[in-house]
Amino acid sequence: MTTIAELPAGFADKVLSAQTTFRSVMEAMARPGSVQRVITSVGTPPHLMRGAAAIALTLFDHDTPIWLDPLLAETTEVKKWIKFHSGAPVISDPSVASFALISEGRALPRLDGFAVGSTEYPDRSTTIVLQVDRLTQGPQYELSGPGIDGRAILQASIKPSDLFERLAINAALFPRGIDVVLVADDAIVAIPRTTRCVGYGG
Amino acid sequence: MYVAVKGGERAIENAHRLLAHERRGDKDVPEVTLPQISEQLALAVDRVMSEGSLYDRELAALAIKQARGDMIEAIFLVRAFRATLPRFGASEPVETGRMQVRRRISSTFKDIPGGQILGPTFDYTHRLLDPELEEGFVPEEPATAACSEGATPRVTDILGRDGLIEPSPKADADQPVGDLTREPLSFPADRDLRLQNLARGDEGFLLALGYSSQRGYGRNHPFAGEIRFGEVEVEFFAEDAGFAVPLGAIALTECQMVNQFKGSATEAPCFTRGYGLAFGQSERKTMSMALVDRALRARELGEEALAPAQDEEFVMSHSDNVQATGFVEHLKLPHYVDFQSELGLLRKLRREFAQAQTEVELREAAE
Amino acid sequence: MNTPAYNFAYLDEQTKRMIRRAILKAIAIPGYQVPFASREMPMPYGWGTGGVQVTAAILGRDDVLKVIDQGSDDTTNAISIRKFFEKTAGVETTTSTAEATVIQTRHRIPEATLHAGQVLVYQVPIPEPLRFLEPRETETRRMHALAEYGLMHVKLYEDIARFGHIATSYAYPVKVNGRYVMDPSPTPKFDNPKMDNCAALQLFGAGREKRIYAVPPYTSVVSLDFEDHPFSRYRFDAPCALCGSEDSYLDEIVTDDQGGRMFVCSDTDHCESRQAQGHRGTQSAAPHKEARHG
Repeated sequence: MTTIAELPAGFADKVLSAQTTFRSVMEAMARPGSVQRVITSVGTPPHLMRGAAAIALTLFDHDTPIWLDPLLAETTEVKKWIKFHSGAPVISDPSVASFALISEGRALPRLDGFAVGSTEYPDRSTTIVLQVDRLTQGPQYELSGPGIDGRAILQASIKPSDLFERLAINAALFPRGIDVVLVADDAIVAIPRTTRCVGYGG
Repeated sequence: MYVAVKGGERAIENAHRLLAHERRGDKDVPEVTLPQISEQLALAVDRVMSEGSLYDRELAALAIKQARGDMIEAIFLVRAFRATLPRFGASEPVETGRMQVRRRISSTFKDIPGGQILGPTFDYTHRLLDPELEEGFVPEEPATAACSEGATPRVTDILGRDGLIEPSPKADADQPVGDLTREPLSFPADRDLRLQNLARGDEGFLLALGYSSQRGYGRNHPFAGEIRFGEVEVEFFAEDAGFAVPLGAIALTECQMVNQFKGSATEAPCFTRGYGLAFGQSERKTMSMALVDRALRARELGEEALAPAQDEEFVMSHSDNVQATGFVEHLKLPHYVDFQSELGLLRKLRREFAQAQTEVELREAAE
Repeated sequence: MNTPAYNFAYLDEQTKRMIRRAILKAIAIPGYQVPFASREMPMPYGWGTGGVQVTAAILGRDDVLKVIDQGSDDTTNAISIRKFFEKTAGVETTTSTAEATVIQTRHRIPEATLHAGQVLVYQVPIPEPLRFLEPRETETRRMHALAEYGLMHVKLYEDIARFGHIATSYAYPVKVNGRYVMDPSPTPKFDNPKMDNCAALQLFGAGREKRIYAVPPYTSVVSLDFEDHPFSRYRFDAPCALCGSEDSYLDEIVTDDQGGRMFVCSDTDHCESRQAQGHRGTQSAAPHKEARHG
């Protein structure tokens, strides 16, 4: 059994690391499709990439219920790490999750199972943190929407391959919707609910 | 020749220095000390603790001194300090039924178990300014008697035993107590948040609203079932110890109003409640709070809510005097940019008005 | 006695997290007011606590902070807030718009075009654009949910009927990303066009009313108007007396009690930069001297 002393560390400098990580996520959300870097060092439990671990330490706390995909949910070290470093409750009902941590594309469940917010409080929706293969090379996704000057090209290797088709529900749901942060090691790209994929090339 | 004004920073520094000088006043007059404030202006300290939402007599006294006696400024200082403190959790509910009572009265019965204990009160004093208090007054020792061994049960519990008053709602273990300092308020708000809002609320505002309800703006026929003041233990459940640990005692005032009875087709009529609680000896506050609490329950008791004291959004949005004074006093900040826009618009409208007048005159002259 | 030790930029980490989460959702829903649990700050509600909380939540060691009020770095509240951050965050501060990475502002948008490396944080007193038409939050929230903005259009139309013009000269409502009607904060309507398709991120903090909202970069921000009464900017029609600028927003300075007036750039950095480049107005003299009183 892992003792607290054996758990992977969190941030070495909590205040500084949380701030720089947050700025990266904020920039990513403000400029969808742009690749931001999580520059701080962070301990990672099994199956979690550095970017995802840093985001968890930055944004999770006892006010944010967390939904984990089955692999993460069954890994006690991950749950312990989250509980110890953030105090965030891990829950099994995705419809009340503030955040969802998805270790890989095929573990992403139906998006309509998550919280999409209400028309009066569209902010009360799940933010999905989805780990992918690569965010700087791969097929091209042409994106448009707020935060993007005209068009943005994202070259990424993403699973599930139909992610943007699934995210099309955001157009019908707006202002409700799901916001996504893609993570590939220390690189992050955000796809807020306002972003549309208008083109795709191999 | 116009020179752009600079030196705002120095002006502010000089203002702070002048303020500190004024605050001290005549240096030949002895400085007021925190124990003096806490002991001899105790009710001011009680109010600052209650509305500052922080139980610490010394800090409240310091705030009053720093604020030069401006109570809302002192409350603001305490609130700002409170916001920096780490939060460990919620205490166990305090047992006011087990209060070490210093004052306890009920208007609903002539006599009650535990007795009517007047305690230290202004109630029956004659409001005649007393020059003897100017200096050197030594009060007589208070009368003493043997401590009564009997219990001092709450009057509302006595009424409750016979089902004459609605029961206090049972706490729901799954539903954590709301805290409006940690989550933004939304309406309609449940009673726990309403009571928290009122406990922190401005005494004057609540007094006026409570008064208005008595005068017919949402009348609910209040009786003071009980007002008690004294010390209670505060306990905190420590996870690692596995039991509730006593943290110390605080002085509280509790007011239970007994209000307009209510029944339905399926339930026998009974009295309804209004509740007030504050730090220290704060009767006006707790009584006003209880009146407004009952008024705000109009919705849940199926009453028409037409009066200001019954308007939940109105009462709760304007009860916080730190917020209120911030916004009222912010009018002192420069607004000249927006005023310039208004001036521009006004001048344009006046030009057009004058032009229209001229055209009318010309037309009339031509006829 | 208990004396506190303050965290970087004053706020504790838990408060920062809560505000940061609100900021992210605000960016994802342009123009929508996200409720947040505003904290008591050491300055009064109504004096910029919302802007200060947003700035405190985003500020980092390497940021360069500019704080302006009415367009000037030297007004009392701007000084007070700038000193607050100097004391609690130790960040570099500047009066130069071009050099700043974070600009906190009350009632003006800088004249200089903002760029992608910048964040503009607005102080907002009343975040709800419909508040003066409908005092209840329960009602206005429903109106935003249903995009029911008829009340606002009626008000603007009534202005035209009564005055011949839309009678709103500042805090002029805008529609963001074609969906939410938003209050730009009490900036003069002159500044509204700067919000549209801006390269910088714009964040709005209302501390007393407990709302945060955002306009991402390159997002459409359109001032409400009618086809036959299109939106127009107001600016006193004169060049700046100090730098000669013909297209900056001007402050009116009363110079005597006989009706003497002069007009000077409200944006002090803009004016000083122009003067440093050699531009002169009709009344400019030597560089600024500190006022000799006080």
